[in-house]
Amino acid sequence: MAFLDRTARSLLLGELVAGLGLTLRYFFRPKATINYPYEKGPISPRFKGEHALRRYPSGEERCIACKLCEAICPAQAITIEAEPRADGSRRTTRYDIDMTKCIYCDLCEEACPVDAIVQGPNFEFATETREELMYDKAKLLSNGDRWETEIARRLELDAPYR
Amino acid sequence: MADFFLHTIAGQIILTFLEALALIVPLLIAVAYLTYAERKVLAAVQLRKGPNVVGPFGLLQPFADALKMIFKETIIPAGANRLLFILAPMITFGLAILAWAVIPVNDGWAIADINVGILYLFAISSLGVYGIIIAGWASNSKYAFLGALRSAAQMVSYEVSMGFVMVSVLLCVGSLNLNDIVLAQRHVWFFIPLFPMFIVFFISTLAETNRSPFDLPEGESEIVAGFFVEYSAMAFALFYLGEYANMILMSALTTILFLGGWLAPFGVQPFTWLPGPIWFILKLCFCLIIFLWIRATFPRYRYDQLMRLGWKVFLPASLGWLVLTAGVLLATGWVPHVSS
Repeated sequence: MAFLDRTARSLLLGELVAGLGLTLRYFFRPKATINYPYEKGPISPRFKGEHALRRYPSGEERCIACKLCEAICPAQAITIEAEPRADGSRRTTRYDIDMTKCIYCDLCEEACPVDAIVQGPNFEFATETREELMYDKAKLLSNGDRWETEIARRLELDAPYR
Repeated sequence: MADFFLHTIAGQIILTFLEALALIVPLLIAVAYLTYAERKVLAAVQLRKGPNVVGPFGLLQPFADALKMIFKETIIPAGANRLLFILAPMITFGLAILAWAVIPVNDGWAIADINVGILYLFAISSLGVYGIIIAGWASNSKYAFLGALRSAAQMVSYEVSMGFVMVSVLLCVGSLNLNDIVLAQRHVWFFIPLFPMFIVFFISTLAETNRSPFDLPEGESEIVAGFFVEYSAMAFALFYLGEYANMILMSALTTILFLGGWLAPFGVQPFTWLPGPIWFILKLCFCLIIFLWIRATFPRYRYDQLMRLGWKVFLPASLGWLVLTAGVLLATGWVPHVSS
């Protein structure tokens, strides 16, 4: 009986037809693909993307040149030089990040006492040359200006978990 | 003007040339869009979108691919036999096109309406294996050679059962002329009385065109790309075109033998409004979509399973059905009258 059953099943192509039915159902399902450059997937508030140096709402830069980020950076990607400014406050004269060394661990952001250096939501900063990935202070500050609203929102969303 | 085309040799030659052109150009476009359809169907089954960037819905993708292929460099391996290496893709492609000469798209719409049409088709599709064997041998590469051997064995095995299926259809028709085969299906399409043979035939065409789940000659995971590993640029494209043209050819053959060719279903009013060629193309597309659907569904057969299916299942089944068909035709006196 089992033999007959098996033979009948294989002759009637039962499993093959079931497989075809499954693929047919998948054929009409909504597609998982998103139309990438025009459409992007959701990003967590903790996403560790391109670095940015933030400013206070007054426009004053936050970084106080404590060099904690430089010290903690496991890849030694950050280089900072500092001296007192004319008004007596201590500020950086040089703040470079070598993005080719950076491992995007977010330790610089964790170490920063004034929330100056952050890793923003941007992940599309591919360049055509290697040199363009040696970020200097001006580039980092401009990143901060460009992404400030999103960075602030993400920091606020993530604040309860810190 | 009509006189020139019908009654002078030069006119005949020009007319045939134009007819061939009118067939080959749409055929090549169909091949191009079959590759597009395949990518779309596979994508849809895998929950992807498929090509959608070049042109609206990616409709210009086949042309972009063709341009890319044309501008690539044709590399001939140092150890290859140059003449045969170049010749093989031409043979494959040429044969795939050549077979179309006898396919009737509508009543009498064949370039060559010959009385041994089905025999001609069978002969040409058997010759197709030469292109593959020559490619595999001339490449002087072990993967190509293995692919060619597999393909040769596979095509030979499945042609046997395909032949028997065709003979059982021919018994019901009483003619080898493709036009007559279609006309014999005016009352009932042959896939109904010969349903098991229809399935056997369709599966055999999958094996015959080296399509998945019988794409062992290509077998990416074992022998890279099989017989055309060493090919690049247009030579590679010709193999691809040949494979897809063969798919369309086999679908056309299935349509003619089992699905009533250009005949409208049931032959009643609302269906007969569409002209024959449209029905032919619709049926062709149906077969092709099933080709793609099967590719999207089934994993590749193991080689010994393939051989077992061909020789130990299909061959006895088709032979038995042939005897059964002949017996039924004789017993009921439905043997078709052979004209002339």
